[in-house]
Order: sequence, then structure tokens, then C-alpha cells
Amino acid sequence: MTAQTLSASPAPAQTPTPRGGGKVSGGLLDPGQLLRSLPDAVRKLDPRTLWRNPVMLIVEVGAVWTTMLAIARPSWFGWLITVWLWLTVIFANLAEAVAEGRGKAQADSLRRAKTDVTARRLVGWTAGQAEARAERVGAPELRQGDIVVVDAGEIIPGDGDVVEGIASVDESAITGESAPVIRESGGDRSAVTGGTKVLSDRIIVKITQKPGQSFIDRMIALVEGSSRQKTPNEIALNILLAALTIIFLLATATLQPLAIYAKAGNPGVPDSPALDAHGVSGIVLVSLLVCLIPTTIGALLSAIGIAGMDRMVQRNVLAMSGRAVEAAGDVNTLLLDKTGTITLGNRQAAEFVPLDGVTEAALASAAQLSSLADETPEGRSVVVFAKQSYGLRERTPGELTHAMWVPFSAQTRMSGVDLDESGDGRPGRSLRKGAAGAVADWVREQGGPVPPRLSEIVDGISASGGTPLVVGETVDGSARVLGVIHLKDVVKQGMRERFDEMRAMGIRTVMITGDNPLTAKAIADEAGVDDYLAEAKPEDKLALIKKEQQGGRLVAMTGDGTNDAPALAQADVGVAMNTGTSAAKEAGNMVDLDSDPTKLIEIVQIGKQLLITRGALTTFSIANDVAKYFAIIPALFVGLFPGLDTLNVMRLSSPQSAILSAVVFNALIIVALIPLALRGVRYRPSSASKLLSRNLAVYGLGGIVTPFIGIKLIDLFIQFLPGMS
Amino acid sequence: MSPTTAGILFLGSLVLALALVYRPLGDYMYRAYSGTGHLRGERWIYRLVGVKPDAEQRWGVYARSVLAFSVVSLLFLYGLQRLQDRLLLSLGMDPVKPDQAWNTAVSFVTNTNWQSYSGESTMGHLVQMTGLAVQNFVSAAVGMAVAIALVRGFARTRTDQLGNFWVDLTRGTVRILLPIAFVAALILVSGGVVQNFWNPADHTVATIAGGQQAITGGPVASQEVIKELGTNGGGFYNANSAHPFENATAWTNWLEIFLILLIPFALTRTFGRMVGQVRQGYAIAAVMGVLALASISLTMLFQGIHHGTVPTAVGAATEGTETRFGVLNSAVFAASTTLTSTGAVNSFHDSYTSLGGMMTLFNMMLGEVAPGGVGAGLYGMLVLAVITVFVAGLMVGRTPEYLGKKIGSREIKFASLYFLITPILVLVGTGVAMATDSGRAGMLNSGPHGLSEVLYAFTSASNNNGSAFAGLTVNTVFYDTALGLCMAFGRFLPIIFVLALAGSLARQGQTPASEGTLPTHRPQFVGMVAGVTVVLVALTFLPALALGPLAEGIH
Repeated sequence: MTAQTLSASPAPAQTPTPRGGGKVSGGLLDPGQLLRSLPDAVRKLDPRTLWRNPVMLIVEVGAVWTTMLAIARPSWFGWLITVWLWLTVIFANLAEAVAEGRGKAQADSLRRAKTDVTARRLVGWTAGQAEARAERVGAPELRQGDIVVVDAGEIIPGDGDVVEGIASVDESAITGESAPVIRESGGDRSAVTGGTKVLSDRIIVKITQKPGQSFIDRMIALVEGSSRQKTPNEIALNILLAALTIIFLLATATLQPLAIYAKAGNPGVPDSPALDAHGVSGIVLVSLLVCLIPTTIGALLSAIGIAGMDRMVQRNVLAMSGRAVEAAGDVNTLLLDKTGTITLGNRQAAEFVPLDGVTEAALASAAQLSSLADETPEGRSVVVFAKQSYGLRERTPGELTHAMWVPFSAQTRMSGVDLDESGDGRPGRSLRKGAAGAVADWVREQGGPVPPRLSEIVDGISASGGTPLVVGETVDGSARVLGVIHLKDVVKQGMRERFDEMRAMGIRTVMITGDNPLTAKAIADEAGVDDYLAEAKPEDKLALIKKEQQGGRLVAMTGDGTNDAPALAQADVGVAMNTGTSAAKEAGNMVDLDSDPTKLIEIVQIGKQLLITRGALTTFSIANDVAKYFAIIPALFVGLFPGLDTLNVMRLSSPQSAILSAVVFNALIIVALIPLALRGVRYRPSSASKLLSRNLAVYGLGGIVTPFIGIKLIDLFIQFLPGMS
Repeated sequence: MSPTTAGILFLGSLVLALALVYRPLGDYMYRAYSGTGHLRGERWIYRLVGVKPDAEQRWGVYARSVLAFSVVSLLFLYGLQRLQDRLLLSLGMDPVKPDQAWNTAVSFVTNTNWQSYSGESTMGHLVQMTGLAVQNFVSAAVGMAVAIALVRGFARTRTDQLGNFWVDLTRGTVRILLPIAFVAALILVSGGVVQNFWNPADHTVATIAGGQQAITGGPVASQEVIKELGTNGGGFYNANSAHPFENATAWTNWLEIFLILLIPFALTRTFGRMVGQVRQGYAIAAVMGVLALASISLTMLFQGIHHGTVPTAVGAATEGTETRFGVLNSAVFAASTTLTSTGAVNSFHDSYTSLGGMMTLFNMMLGEVAPGGVGAGLYGMLVLAVITVFVAGLMVGRTPEYLGKKIGSREIKFASLYFLITPILVLVGTGVAMATDSGRAGMLNSGPHGLSEVLYAFTSASNNNGSAFAGLTVNTVFYDTALGLCMAFGRFLPIIFVLALAGSLARQGQTPASEGTLPTHRPQFVGMVAGVTVVLVALTFLPALALGPLAEGIH
């Protein structure tokens, strides 16, 4: 994501085809990014910034102290430890700086979109009025309720709703999608965003934003992380880390009188750099403390949170708060609109039902011919279905020379063709296809019979939730009905697998549709959702959400219309489509810039991945301590009690190198884990048990084993440094 | 039969017996705490104390009731000791000196039963019976009441009511502790444990060496049984359960260990019943069982195979153990008494091998959760489960939940505070003692073993165990005061945090379990809680252990 910015990427957002496995991954870390963020990391050493991270603040205080000790009594060992303690703090700051840096790049490109715009404000405009006086004002001066006019080629000065006119708008500055979108007054496509450009026509817009609180302003604040607040889980984790820190602080501090006593009991043992009559040296004590307190997770915690938001932004989803991202991981119930989410937006031909005396192939051929001039998606689907099912070559309108094409129109509700095969200027054969009533009337007009069987078939298809289209023909003056085309909803490919994944994750999917219960059930069964809400009105949706929430479940949904707003506001995760109304966008706590309802599933996965990353690195951090003890404890007291050398299982070369190795490992592991913190741990949807087993093995067991290897390897190198023996 | 086989049989029969009574006792306690009716005797008590038994309490009121009851008990017990020379059945004993009376009063009220005195030469029968034995009952019932309140926090939804402390206290005493104690006391008497009102002056015998020895009798069996059943541990005699009048034979020894472990284990069944999922109770029992068996086996191992001249010659570390129990059975007793908050001893932990002694120390450092004191063990283990669920729950990608309750910042705050208290008390106490002359003056041994004595004393007091590593002279103003403070803070601060946690849990609704919820009844979770417990404790105390028992024990 380092190079990709929102406005600079002309590539359309990924098509919403579900990807197998549903693996969530993020961008890779550019090593150059680490270097570029270094100045920021050094700047963050300021205690006034660092106090927000108590674990690292303690490390910094320790580093200051060892610095003073090293100055007072310089030694190679003292200085090496001091340098690595400072590096520990800097590495921690680096993690945060890198995470923030990625957001900054995005914010910069958004700011470019927010160039100074002059608005033409209409004074005393009322609806329907042709002319009103326009005055020029700067965009920042616009207030809520102001009316502005925007012509082709102009930038819309602020967020608002179109109150008059229709225009095509280039929203690539926000969405990265280069294809223009239509915005018109009334309905659910009336919202426009400040900073986008009108390409054609002229619209009058009522400003709905407060000054300085435009969508772009909020986006900038979000991706920059300036308004970032700690999320509930982050706060809870911080409390646990603070408790652990206090325990280790005490364990270290109270070691001193014990060590003094032990040393006094063995007067024959010579002083060492680690231990003399005054107890454990300050430098070693600080080293022990820093190794024990959970520095790894303490260093990476905020970076994990920032990166989680960032992963949302990369998928063109704007989460209004980190809390919403976290809630996404907790979701129990997903409400999904049928149309556009579960099924393709349009119905498609699925079956040809011929009447008596007509073959299916003949009906298919007639249906295809009569649909060639029908450019609606339904018409196209008839042509394609006929070709796929009956091997009928797709004919182009120009191919048949003596054909008179009758395109589909809303008035006739039919399309068709008149064929003049004999070439005498009089159509020998006519075909019509269209709404059942329209075609039946046409056949009757031509003097043909409409058999009662037709209405049976038509009613049957309607009852099952499909749409019937009737095909009729006249041949040399005698008209008849050929049969019926069955159009139905087509479930998007791969949806069943996705819902199975959801079920494995313990998430229930509920399909929302305006269809009758019969149709709804048929589609629900086909798509594999757990439940459906048929004949749903907006208030039904709201009631369903409230019912689920009363049962202790968290609900996520998508919506775009103004009538979705109450439900969006009630849902724990409400994703508003960017194409939707401003009311919807205001009510939800996320906005999907691609307006792809399927993305809800990805949002849930990102939320989960965020929490897993935190838990995994906490486990790793605590598990690391075991090995560090095995390095430091024998190093401290082996002089007094030679038996403790048994604990030196890593066979580290000297007490000094053992302590330094542990400190170096502790610092390097932070850098090593920055990519993981930013990318998030690998996540595949599966049951909680399986997830836990895997993560425990990798981060729990791995957390115990890794430092044994790492500290040993570091010791192999640094034993040759001065001051190590 | 070799001693090892005998030891294994001893342990195996204990496990079997505990498994047999687990369900009936757990279910009985569930009914005792959940029932709505009151016995006639209970009604009298409620009228006497002036409480409405059917009115429930919020967590704050519940906590204040616990504290008020304990403060009154403390003052009563202190007064009783200070005035014993003017009361009946004093056997001519002097009043107990103030710092020791404070220490003893705190010790018995907190279910610790740390004894800086020797019973037969300090306390008369009246103090033993109406003071100490009564506290043995009610301090145990307080622990159970708090545990039940926490379980109600998990079981209830959208309420701030946690039950009535006075009812829970009364029922725990009247319906659970008294009946079991009565029956078990009779069995102990039949085994040779004494129960009388002898004045030692009337019973002197001539010893083989020709001297005169006064034989102190007393109401021993009645106190002995609640000492074990209520995981109290305060002996009638200074020698505690090593004394033949307290623990006469190998089978009374078996029975005493059984009584120690009885209620703490069975309470997990009560917990499972109350939250409506018995398998959750089994899981908690399994964590306790795994930790207990591991600890007992290690203690037996260290006591059995330690190197050294004498142990090698006789095949085991016999020093400090009674021959009528044997080394391995004593090891089982030592582990059981430190794994719970009992602190009764039938052998001298100070004389154990350094690693065997370390095990008793480590058992207490675990926070006494395997199975822990009556009630205290259950709530301690549930807090650890909450902490485990928090870390593990994040790893499955959800806000962590335990038994349908979300573990948010409020819950983790109280759980962390709970977890912080005892390490703070132990580490700071030991640190201060080792840094001051008055602290170091009490040590009998020098070197690491002396340090172990001090560490043991503070660990025992802060965790409300009450067993001593002997050797340390604790009848001083410094230790009486410091250990008394450790006992009081170590008991009541965690109780307040547990009740606060319970209040916060009860207010929540119930999140239904799904495939995405971390299952908390499988071996996976049992292993995790056990692992988290051991790792956290090891990380906290390893530096101190390294300078004490480890320095001494690793060669």
C-alpha cells in the first residue's frame, strides 16, 4: 500500500467475486519505510508522547538510568546494554511510526483532492425556480442548508444532496473508481461528496455537512490516525499488560535485598559486574526488568490497531472508529440484502416452458430471435441461455436482412421481430416476447387463441418467485402462443462456500428480501443462508436487529437508502454504501466506497484478524519470558550457587553475554515482528477451537522455543565483543 | 508391599473416594445455596442478627457485609484471647500478648490459621472452642459465600443482586459444614483422636526417663475435623496433625487429607450446576486435578529420591516425618495442605528436601487454586480462567467471553487487581524482611534455607495458608504485625475484587455460544488454564526461588 493511494489508483476496485479460502492479507512492508520512519521514531522518544504507552515508558526510564550509570562507571558491558535499551524504545516507536506513515501517504493524496474550491451559492432559491442569483464564496464558508449550483467540469464544494437535476459525477478522488456515476435528485442516489467532479449536466445541491466536517475531512483524520482512540479490547489488554508490568517490576525490585543477603552469606565469592556487596548492579537489574515486562506486545499494540484500520482503508472501507472494526470481529449475525449481495442484480432466464405442440428447441429459437432487439439484462440473458442450453448460435440483428426489429419499450412491454422471409415487404412471420398480459393481448389482437394452460404456467412461475415472459408468434396471419420463459434470481457463484465459512466461524447469515416467503425460501436454500426475512419492510429489519441484540448477539448489515438509516444506526456494524444517501452514510459506522455489499464478509474477517493479532502477539510476548529467565537467572547468581549453572540450558558463553543476548533479542524481536503486526496474522475462517489450536502452537509454543534459539544465536556472535568475559 | 506401591495406592484411593462423593456433595451444596426455604434454626439466626433473609444484596453491600462480619469476629477473638484469664476453662493460662493476639485473631478470621503460638501452652479450652473453632467454621463459610456470589455473577443476567451474604454464611455453616463435621468428628474419635475437657494438671504421667509429663487433652476431634474440612489448618496442638491426639493412625491421616480436599473439589460441581453447564464445572475440576496430581507426584518424587547421606541410606527423606505415616503419605499431606489454604501439617516442611520444600512453597504461590481453600480456591481459579479466556479469546478473533459473559476492560481490571495482590504482598514482605534486621533475626538457618523460611512465611500468610516452614521465629512484634497485615490484605482485598467482578458480570446479558466462541470445557482449555497459571507464577517468583530452594537444591 506504500505506493497505492486512493486518488492515484485508477484501477477500479476489485470486483466483488468471492475469493476462495477467504484469506485476509495486507500489503507488504517496504524496508525503505522503516528508514523513512526513523526520524518520527526518534521524535516519539519524548516522554510526553511516550506516556501513553506505559510499558515502553518504563523501558525509557530504565534506559535513562543505565545511561547515567554507564557515564558514572564506564564499561563496555554497561554501554552495550544502554545502547540496546535505547534501541528497544526506538524500535517500538518505529513500529508505530511505520503504521502511521502508511496512513499519512493516503491522507496526503486526499488533501490534494481537497483543493480550494469556489462555490456558487444560490440566494433565495426555491424548488422548481428556474433562475436565482448566484454568489461566489469559498467552499469553507458554506454552511449546512446552503444551496449551491454545480455545472459540468466543476468540483462539488461540499457534501450534500442533489435537490434538482441529474449529472454524471467522477468520484475517483474518493473511491479510486474511474467510471463516472449518476447522481440525481430524489431517491437513493442523491448524495454527492465534496471534492468530486461533475462531468456532465448541472445539478443543484443542498449542503448537508458542517464546515470542516466533510467526508474527506473525516477520511483524512481517520487514515492519519489523529483521532484514533483506544478501542475497548485494547484498553482491557493494556490493563492486563500494566498488571504484568507491576508484577515484574516488583519481582525485580524485591530481588535486591534477597541478592544482598545471598551475597553476604558467601563472602568468599568475588564481585562480578552483575553482583557485588550492594546487590545486583543497576544496569543488570534494568536489563532483567526490560526482558520480563511485555515489551514485545507493548511496542506493537498501537501499530496493530492502526494497521487494522489501514487494512479496512485498503479495501476501500472507511471505519468511523476502531470500535466498529473491533465489533466487526464479534458479529454473530449478518443481515444481507438479497439483491446485489446474494443474487446478481438482475433476473436471468433459467427455463423454457413450451405449450402443447411446441418443442422446447422451437421455443428457444423463437425466444432468442425475439430477444435480440431487447437490450435489457433480462433480454440478454434469454439470448445467452438459449445459446448455452440449445446450442443456438447468437444471431446479430444485422445478420437477418429482411428483419424488422421491434425493440423493447416500457409502453409495449414487449420486444420482437417481424421477418419478411419471402421478401415481399409483408412480414410472413412475427415474434413477440414480453410480459404475459402484453403478449397474450397481442396474440388475441392477431386473432389467435390464448389457451388456459398458459395462465396455469404463468401463475406457477410467479408463485415460485420467478418472472414469466411469454413468447408468441404469427405465421401468415395465424397467431399462437409458443410458451413461457422462466426468469429467476441467480445466486452469485461461491456464495454457498462463503456462508459455510461464516457458519464455521459461528456467524449466522440472514437474507433480507422483499420477495414473498416462498421465493425467499427457495433462494435462501439455494444460497445456503441460515435464515431469511421475506417481504421485509425497513421497520421489519429494525425489529429483527433489536431482537437479535436482545439475545446478546451483535448484528452487522449493509444499507444504502434513507429508509435503511434507522437499522444502520441500530446495528452494531452498519456499513453504508457510498452510493447511498447521506442519511444512510451518517447512520452507519462504516462506509464502503466501492458500494459492494458482499464486502461485509471481508470486514468481519478483518475485525477478527485484528483481535487475533493482538492475542497472538501477547501470548508470544509472555511466552518469550521463559527463555529470558533461563538466560539471566543463572547469569546473575551462578557465582554464588554454581548449581544454578544447570539452568543455563543454552550454554551461553558468559554471564555478561547472556544478559546482553537477552536484551538484544528482546529489541530485535520487535523489529522482526513489525511486518506481522502491520499485516496481521494469517487468518482462515474456521471454528474457534481450530483457530486456538493453531495460534497456540504457533505463538504459544513458538513463543517459548524461538527465544531459546534466538538468544543462543546472538550469544554466538556477541561473545567476541569486548566486555563479554 | 513397597513404600512406593503403598504411596500410589494411598493417593489412588483418595482420588477414587473424592470422585465418588463429587456429584452428591456438589449437588447437595447447589441445593443448599439455591433453595428458597429456611430452616427453623436459620430463621432464629436471621432474627437475632436482624436481617431479612429474602432480600438480596448488590456487590458493594455484599462486600461490606463480609467486612463487617469479619471485623466483628476479629474484635471478638482479640478480646477473648486478651481476657482469657478472667473467663471459664482458661486452664490457668495468661492473657495472650497483644501482637500475638492480633496475629492470631486475624489468622483465624482470614481462614489462614497461621499460629505464632503453641496451642497447648497458650490457649485455654474456652478460646479454643468458642473462639478458634467457631472461626474455623465461619471463616470457611465466608469463603464459600464469596465463591457462590461470584458464580451467581456468571449465572445471572442483567441484575445487580448477588444474593444475601448472611443467608449464604448461615447456610454454608448450618447445612454444609456442621453436618459433615459432626459425622467426621465421630469417625476421628473412633480412630483415636481425643475429645474431652481434661485439665493437663490432673493428668500427669511418669516418663520412662523418670520425669513427670502433663498430658493435655481437650475438645480436639471437634476442632480437628473443621480444621481440615474448612481448610483452616490451625492445630489444637503445636505439633498439629503430627500429634497422635490429632491424627492417630495412617487411616485417620487418609481421612484428614480427604476432608481437606472434599469441599474445594465438590464446589466445582456446585459451580457447574449453578451456571447450568456441569461440564464447565468438570473443566475447572480438571484444571485443579491436573495441577494437584502433578504437584503431589513431584513432591513424592523429590521426597523419595533425594540424594544425601541419610535419605540414600533409608531410601527416602525421612527427617521431619512421622513413622506411622511414612515419607510418601506425608508428602501427599504436605502437598494437599499447601495446594489448599489449609496449612495443617503432619510433617515438617522445613526438614523436607530443598526441592520437596520448594513444591510446598510453589503450591501456595499458585494462589492456592488446585483445589484451593473452601470457596477461595474456586474463585481464585475462576479469576485465572477469566485471565486465560481473555488472552485465548483474542486469539480466536472475538471479544473474549467466559460462560456467555464478555471479558471487557472492567472485568479484566478486577481480575488483574485480584491477581496482583498476593505477589505484591509476598514479594514486598519478603524483601522488607530480608532488608531489615528484625526480619533477618528470626531465621534459624543461614544461607538459602534461611531465605526459604522467610519466603515461606510471607507466602503462607499472604495466601492465607497458615502452614509454617518451621525454623523461623515468628513470635516477634515484627512478624506478628507484618504477617498479620499480609493475612488481612491477602484475604479481604481479593474478596472485594472478586465481588466487584461478580457485580460487573451479573449486570451483563448473556451472549449465546456459537461455533466462533472459545469452548471452555475441552481439554484444550483445561491445558491452557493450567499452563497460564504455572507460567505466570513461575515468572513472578522464579528470581526469589532461585536464591532459596533452587540454589540449595540444584547441584
